[in-house]
Amino acid sequence: MSDITKLTLIETIEALEKKEFSEEELNKAYFERITKLNPKLNAYLEIEKNSCGIPAAIKDVISTKGIKTTAGSKILSNYIPQYNATVIDKLSEQNISIIGKTNCDEFAMGGSGENSAYGPTKNPWDLNKITGGSSSGSAAAVAADLCVFSLGSDTGGSIRQPASLCGVVGLKPTYGRVSRYGLFHMASSFDSIGPITKSVEDAALVLDWISGADGHDSNCFLKASPRRAARGRLAKIGVPKEYFAEGLDPKVKIVIEQAIKKLEELGAEIIEISLPHSQYALAAYYIIVPSEVSSNMGRFDGIRFGSERGDFGPEVQRRIMLGTYALSAGYYDEYYVKAAKVRTLIKQDFEKAFTECDVIVGPVSPTTAWNLGEKIDDPLKMYLSDICTISANLAGIPGLSVPCGFSDGLPVGLQILGKQWDEETILDVGEAYEQATDWKKEKPKI
Amino acid sequence: MNYEPVIGLEVHVELNTKSKMFCRCSADYFGKEPNTHTCPVCLGLPGALPYINKAAIEACMKIGLALNCSINEVSRFERKNYFYPDLAKGYQISQYRWPLCINGYLILDNGQKIRINRVHQEEDTGKLTHRDSETLIDFNRSGVPLVEIVTEPDFRDVQSVRDYAKKLQQLFRYLGVSNADMERGDMRLEANVSVRLVGQEELPNYRVELKNINSFRFMAVAIEYEIKRQIGAIKAGEKLSQETRGWNADKKCTYLQRSKEEANDYRYFPEPDLPEMKVDRLQATVDSIKAKMPELPWEKKERFQKEFKLSISQTAILTESKELADFFEDTVKHGQGHDVNGVQVANHIINKKINIKEVLPTQVIEELRGKKVGIIEDERELEKLAKQAMEENQKSVEDYKSGKVVALQAIIGGVMKLSSGKADTSKLKSILERLLTYA
Ligand SMILES: [Zn+2]
Repeated sequence: MSDITKLTLIETIEALEKKEFSEEELNKAYFERITKLNPKLNAYLEIEKNSCGIPAAIKDVISTKGIKTTAGSKILSNYIPQYNATVIDKLSEQNISIIGKTNCDEFAMGGSGENSAYGPTKNPWDLNKITGGSSSGSAAAVAADLCVFSLGSDTGGSIRQPASLCGVVGLKPTYGRVSRYGLFHMASSFDSIGPITKSVEDAALVLDWISGADGHDSNCFLKASPRRAARGRLAKIGVPKEYFAEGLDPKVKIVIEQAIKKLEELGAEIIEISLPHSQYALAAYYIIVPSEVSSNMGRFDGIRFGSERGDFGPEVQRRIMLGTYALSAGYYDEYYVKAAKVRTLIKQDFEKAFTECDVIVGPVSPTTAWNLGEKIDDPLKMYLSDICTISANLAGIPGLSVPCGFSDGLPVGLQILGKQWDEETILDVGEAYEQATDWKKEKPKI
Repeated sequence: MNYEPVIGLEVHVELNTKSKMFCRCSADYFGKEPNTHTCPVCLGLPGALPYINKAAIEACMKIGLALNCSINEVSRFERKNYFYPDLAKGYQISQYRWPLCINGYLILDNGQKIRINRVHQEEDTGKLTHRDSETLIDFNRSGVPLVEIVTEPDFRDVQSVRDYAKKLQQLFRYLGVSNADMERGDMRLEANVSVRLVGQEELPNYRVELKNINSFRFMAVAIEYEIKRQIGAIKAGEKLSQETRGWNADKKCTYLQRSKEEANDYRYFPEPDLPEMKVDRLQATVDSIKAKMPELPWEKKERFQKEFKLSISQTAILTESKELADFFEDTVKHGQGHDVNGVQVANHIINKKINIKEVLPTQVIEELRGKKVGIIEDERELEKLAKQAMEENQKSVEDYKSGKVVALQAIIGGVMKLSSGKADTSKLKSILERLLTYA
């Protein structure tokens, strides 16, 4: 079968059950494709040759026992973890094998994939463009059919944004739905592990597999509950006017508006809503996140992991300095405490909005993938590209990115945000949209 | 002009829980092969997360409640960020703004009430060993639960500090939360010392932190030294400032460790890896701790005085450890109906320096009654009994000969059985020792 690697996860499982091909053939097909295409894309940092299991790609900030895990950092260039993250153990119970560790912005800090110490990942739709980040390799690998699905992590949009820019499905679960045990800490109160897949249904399945309490992550206390069948009823959809403000590329805006129209045609009720504190989200985010980062990076003290702290890339250094400053005596109340209050207000914005609607839709990214190097010297511009995604992390709610069209040949993703713990409804909406459109059939030509 | 000291005390106590504070590693690290009680969590490996040990939280609340604290409405863990090679994560999980227990007190023997500011939970660090030019790190201690008890600056003399520290040690042992052994580092003391003019109401605008004190005695001399040093400095017109000093036991003086300018900014902030703890969710635990709270040493002392009409010094000795107090009460119970009262038992235990590990309460009563009715003192009779007991306890005889001195107790016990507890213990002991040596 020549199209093995085009199949979704669910199609792959079915084909294996029907013995249309063997696990060995499946692994071989993916391995060959990686060997051929990875040099162009730089999606993988480490490739494993397996003969069984369903091959998944794992972002290199997730601890894999015995497999080098660098977090895209020079600091950990030789680090081989002695333990598996909970999600890895959970996947292996489902006959999933790790085909490789994917490139990412260093310690997941970045929105373009360019902050990796091992070079940027290239966008399969246009090798001169960035993939988005920080789960750059995980998104590119799925988009280019270099794995059946992948895991990424999302602290401010790091699953949804590269999924959007690479034309695949990305799900950031509710904070606490999936155990973070083994996910290299970036900003502990924001980080979520989630799937990047070829279909919404796949994302729902992987979420089922990886979610649930494990006795290691105190903030992950709910038991896993399998997804119920889609309800077939379309939700009441809120469209926040703040997400369509200045800065949104007009061509992207048109694509998003068409997608919303499609949802309306499918029977959804569309209402305009407001998330009034959105304008403060970025400021709050870039105080709390660096604060947590500055503390989380303390363990890389140049003693036990070998490398000097000078080996951190500029973005990591920048966040360590910002965070150290924000937490310092005399500044803590003015920065950290105030930002934490804004965070509460943003949470309340969503709580209020969700009394009026079931899900919130809008763009994932204000633009499509930009040129490599375009924003790398302008951190503020880079931060602004997270504007539509970070609020979900501040509030801890789930968000989905679903392919919804193209602008100048580059993919655009529709973001669907849901209530805390309500991945069900956003997956329902996403699946209804996906089934009514043909976007998922589009593949990059590489 | 007269000066008085103003002293506050910070006591760290290591809990004897089975596992560490935030992981499942054994917390029993003392004397173990280095780096054998470790896991990703206590090694601070990337991605590892803390998971709260409920037994430790309960022990912390036990201490807090025994010290009359209330459980904080909302408490949380926080990160204390600093660099030190024995600190695996680059921060210690501790409590700062939201301690678990607050606003307690402890009443000293002299009646003074020492206010307790907080009783909070934290974790221990690893341990460094310097060998020649190398420094070795052992992470077995990393993450072992610690409780910190902080007083208000209520002490005005060294004797009170000593009394307080001893009382805490006794409390920890009564509650069974720690061995509180100073030498092993189970219990560590830090004193904040400053001086002011007698009659001055407000607190001095500086304080000197005394660290690394590993015995009650050193603490007393270090504080005394520091008080003299500070008064001397003030009289000489010096301005004292915030600093940390250590105690040099050889030179018998304190020395500057860190000045105000060098003080760490710990950048405390809420530990994002752990949820906050709310008192309403802890209420069931609080209730059950209160219900199961053992009689505290000072309560026992008061009851012994009332119930058995003992003197203050007698009760002080008898309640020193829970084991001795229990032994005393058991003995009194056995004495009932034998015409033996509490005062007699107390006198006997104290005066004869009864070793409670070697003697049974019934034996004490027998001894006491023996004063009245036939204790066997005849050496030949005792020797006969001793030989018989040795024959019946061959194993103990062998053990004794192979160096296990404690085996003697089993043989003494045998003689007691044969003689219905009437053998004179001290005579019997020397007879047995002689027989065993030449047997
Ligand atoms: Zn451990």
